[in-house]
Amino acid sequence: MNFNYTLWILAVPFLMFILLGLAGHKLKPGLSGLLGTGGLAVITVLSYITAYLYFFRTGATEGVYTKISAFNYTWLQLTDKLHIDIGVLLDPISVMMLVVITTVSLMVHIYSLGYMKGERGFERFFAFLSLFSFSMLGLVVATNIFQMYIFWELVGISSYILIGFYYEKPSAVRASKKAFIVTRFADLGFLIGILILSFNTRTFDFITLTDPAGPAITQTGGAAFLGLSVITWSMILVYMGGVGKSAMFPFHIWLPDAMEGPTPVSALIHAATMVVAGVYLVARMFPIYFFAAPAALEVVAYIGAFSSLFAAVIACTQTDIKRVLAYSTMSQIGYMMLALGVSGYGGHDGLGFMASMFHLSTHAMFKALLFLCAGAIIHAVHSNFMTDMGGLRRYLPVTHLTFLIACLTIAGIPPMSGFFSKDEILVAAFHHSWFLFGVEYAVAGLTAFYMFRLYFSIFWGNETHYHHTPHEAPATMTIPLIILAAGSAFAGFIPFSRLITSDGVPFETEIEWAVAIPSVLIGLAGIAVAFLMYSRRSGIPDRLAAKFKYAYKWSYNKFYIDEIYLFITRGIIFRYISQPVAWFDRHIVDGTMNSIAAVTQYISFRIRRFQSGQLQKYAFVFVSGAVLLIVLLVYLWNQ
Amino acid sequence: MSLANFLVMRHELLLTAAALLVLMGEIFGDPLKKRSVNLLTVVLFSAVTIIGFLPSPPGSLFGGMYIATEMRLLMKNILNIGALLVIIQSVSWLSKDENSGKISEYYILLISTLIGMNFMISAGHFLMFYLGLELATIPAAALAAYDRYSNKSAEAGIKLILLSAFSSGILLYGLTMVYGTTGTLYFDEISDLLVNGNLQVLGFIFFFAGMAFKISIVPFHLWAADVYEGAPVNITSYLSVISKGAALFIFVIVLFSIFPVIIESWQKTIYVTAVLTMTIGNLFAIRQQNLKRFLAFSSISQAGYILLGIIGGNQLGMASVVYYLVVYIFSNLAAFGVVAAISNVKGKESIEEYNGLYQTNPGLSLVMLLALFSLAGIPPFAGFFGKFFLFTAAAQKGFYLLVLIALLNTIISLYYYLLVVKAMFINKSEAPIEKFRSDFPTRFALGICVAGIVITGFASIIFEVIKDMSYGI
Repeated sequence: MNFNYTLWILAVPFLMFILLGLAGHKLKPGLSGLLGTGGLAVITVLSYITAYLYFFRTGATEGVYTKISAFNYTWLQLTDKLHIDIGVLLDPISVMMLVVITTVSLMVHIYSLGYMKGERGFERFFAFLSLFSFSMLGLVVATNIFQMYIFWELVGISSYILIGFYYEKPSAVRASKKAFIVTRFADLGFLIGILILSFNTRTFDFITLTDPAGPAITQTGGAAFLGLSVITWSMILVYMGGVGKSAMFPFHIWLPDAMEGPTPVSALIHAATMVVAGVYLVARMFPIYFFAAPAALEVVAYIGAFSSLFAAVIACTQTDIKRVLAYSTMSQIGYMMLALGVSGYGGHDGLGFMASMFHLSTHAMFKALLFLCAGAIIHAVHSNFMTDMGGLRRYLPVTHLTFLIACLTIAGIPPMSGFFSKDEILVAAFHHSWFLFGVEYAVAGLTAFYMFRLYFSIFWGNETHYHHTPHEAPATMTIPLIILAAGSAFAGFIPFSRLITSDGVPFETEIEWAVAIPSVLIGLAGIAVAFLMYSRRSGIPDRLAAKFKYAYKWSYNKFYIDEIYLFITRGIIFRYISQPVAWFDRHIVDGTMNSIAAVTQYISFRIRRFQSGQLQKYAFVFVSGAVLLIVLLVYLWNQ
Repeated sequence: MSLANFLVMRHELLLTAAALLVLMGEIFGDPLKKRSVNLLTVVLFSAVTIIGFLPSPPGSLFGGMYIATEMRLLMKNILNIGALLVIIQSVSWLSKDENSGKISEYYILLISTLIGMNFMISAGHFLMFYLGLELATIPAAALAAYDRYSNKSAEAGIKLILLSAFSSGILLYGLTMVYGTTGTLYFDEISDLLVNGNLQVLGFIFFFAGMAFKISIVPFHLWAADVYEGAPVNITSYLSVISKGAALFIFVIVLFSIFPVIIESWQKTIYVTAVLTMTIGNLFAIRQQNLKRFLAFSSISQAGYILLGIIGGNQLGMASVVYYLVVYIFSNLAAFGVVAAISNVKGKESIEEYNGLYQTNPGLSLVMLLALFSLAGIPPFAGFFGKFFLFTAAAQKGFYLLVLIALLNTIISLYYYLLVVKAMFINKSEAPIEKFRSDFPTRFALGICVAGIVITGFASIIFEVIKDMSYGI
């Protein structure tokens, strides 16, 4: 089977970006929106065809899914061994990501046709959405870690542009800068990790790197630093990039602020696709983590678990609905990281790996749905704060129902897809460590609580006085909601373990009721508490907040992490390091440079007389030059 | 002459035929439709360029005086592409009324110089080489004086012809010394008979001076600025890009195949002159206000960088020189093309007059930006990879200090390239150059240049092909 055509999956959005970016302002806004959406529809179809062919026709040899290098182009042949390639790699996780990304992206495109209608820069918006889709798809199909890094940065830059889409709003500009700087800082670790890793393994290529019997895994080791092998250090550094992109603690601070971008962007980039890049990165390199760097895998697990708990606690006290969703995203990604961290390799041992990928895809559906619903709500009420909402179920029936489905899904209530994927994660954690398992149980309860807190405050509770009657969004916005709701509800029945496993060998799973029943009960308990507190405007929340004043304040202020960063950067780094360096730079370095520049200018002014325009002088200089060379070569340097 | 022989020297023969056909078109064509000569030439020259790319076996003619190898054919093809671009860019300028009586002259002179360059590249004997050199030079002087009622153009022509004669004399003097000590003018025989004697080194230096004049290496470069400024823009671009490129090609071939014995001498020579060329070219370029002079001096310093590829005498060096010249041709012709387009329509050539150009003519500004970035060597444009390979070639042979000096010079060059960019994009102007639309040939040629800059930078296959054909000492 020839998968050459998969190149078009990258080419179409890129060409769309060029077209809309260069000629977009000459087209009618509606047309450029349709073009962008049409291009995405094409690659969605291509991705589904690829998935069908890969999973059900040609991907498996003797029942094992192999990695197929569908296309590979040597871009920079620096030396015989060192070359940078650009290509398309198909394996179960990349094909799955193709489907997830194009589906969510298509829904977001369609939704944006309605949501962004009449905005200034409509065509700019679609151009950058295309750029983002191109970068994200290039990231997941990367054949080597360097290509992944290139697209990783491209994703970062498109995210930066889209967060700052309303560039006249100072808060949006601040948020985009913050997101870029924080993730870029983390990417520094990623780059160093890549360099150390490929220096030791002598390859960038994923197929060689992740082959459990290959030289990269079996022959490295040896050199150690602080008790960990050099590969472990490099994998921890690589993971640092993932921590930044996936908003894990302690690099999570950019994600809530990123909600300044248009809501469809939040749905696409900061919920469903880009933020899971870190999870994908770990999954892509999983064999190395498991075989060569188990300590790094523990780091993955504990950072994931801590982030999920930490974010869930904060989410319980936030009032901006998009921020609640942002923290919930962080918490859910923590789940996925944890699942990878506790996973084994091969067959049923790789349950965690499978569960993580499973949860990644269901999460993409329901979290995109939640954000798009939030967009419809904000569209109707013109506010982000749930204190301004209440009783909306009568005005927004479609949004209400789809939002409810999404909440049930994330709370893990059967038969929604979230139940299945979360259950697999809990089972995997259960087999690995009691502690992690306990943490995740608590998070499950908290998740159900804060989501239904959101749900009840928005759609039930007391009506506030609206300036004008809220009305349901147009069909371009509600249809994606319905489709995604259907996906969230039914995606759980996909036999994931037969398609996507750590080593390509399918296995069977069944629900372990001993784990599942308590988790459902905890979810229901969370819902019940939320119902008691928020279904009517009661005094309970305020009284609780007053009683646990300090805990509440800490959580409400996100544990002051931002302030700590600000203190470290402004109070310590800026004052004691940057200022002296700046002084040195301004007076010594710039002074030297300026004097060099001045000397350059002076010399160039003085030598202008050489260019007199007089022929005889030119000939004279010519001969002098020749004579000078003769003197140098024949007499002086001729030993 | 059999077909095989024809194939071996098809570049020269076809160009000669094309020149004669243009002449016929001039004589027998409708006098009222002089401008159709433009179309005729473009069609003929495109055909020549395409036929040049057809594969053919290497061979030699006239008892070894004429040699065609894969590398030499490639060099000719590169020159053909560049010349074709110059021709297309010239169409709108030649179509002006004041030039209508002498369109075909331009083409015939230009093609004649190109024939000379081709013979030079294919030379296997110094007589053939010298004939080619003169054929490439004398019509060039006529071209420089093309705008014959302009004092500056006439001055450019006379300066070029006098100084060329002077440098040819010196070059010939050098060749006589080589002949006197070896008794032959065949390249392959000379290389066997050279023994690194003082007289031979002296002969080499005179030869070097003559070539350095063509390449405009400091201190043999002084003619360049005056001639470039006086000649019409399109001719300046031809002289500073194609003519210089051809001289560099033949320079590499001669150094690598004739003078390996005295490599230490020529490495020292190149070391000194490369440093001078980069630095002085840059120092002069900083002060220029006229864009033609500016590009001329920038191209002088570019020649200095190219010497870094030659100095090592290694395979990577030859590959990097040829690759860089491809990049150099596209980038410089894009920059000159923009200058020509504006100069032809608006008559403006100074950097100040470009203030605010982006507001009125964003397309041209972006092409200029791309060209200047490529010349400055900013990644990911082609110029970056070109410089990277040149510097790698020199570093491979241990010329670290030279590479460092070259790097410092690229910083200076970045400054003045960015001055132009700043003028176009940032500076405000009360009366910017008004919006206008260039005609089709200009836009077409600029489009090819832009495509060339981008593709040469990204398609590694081009460098691979060149590298496979290259050889070291």
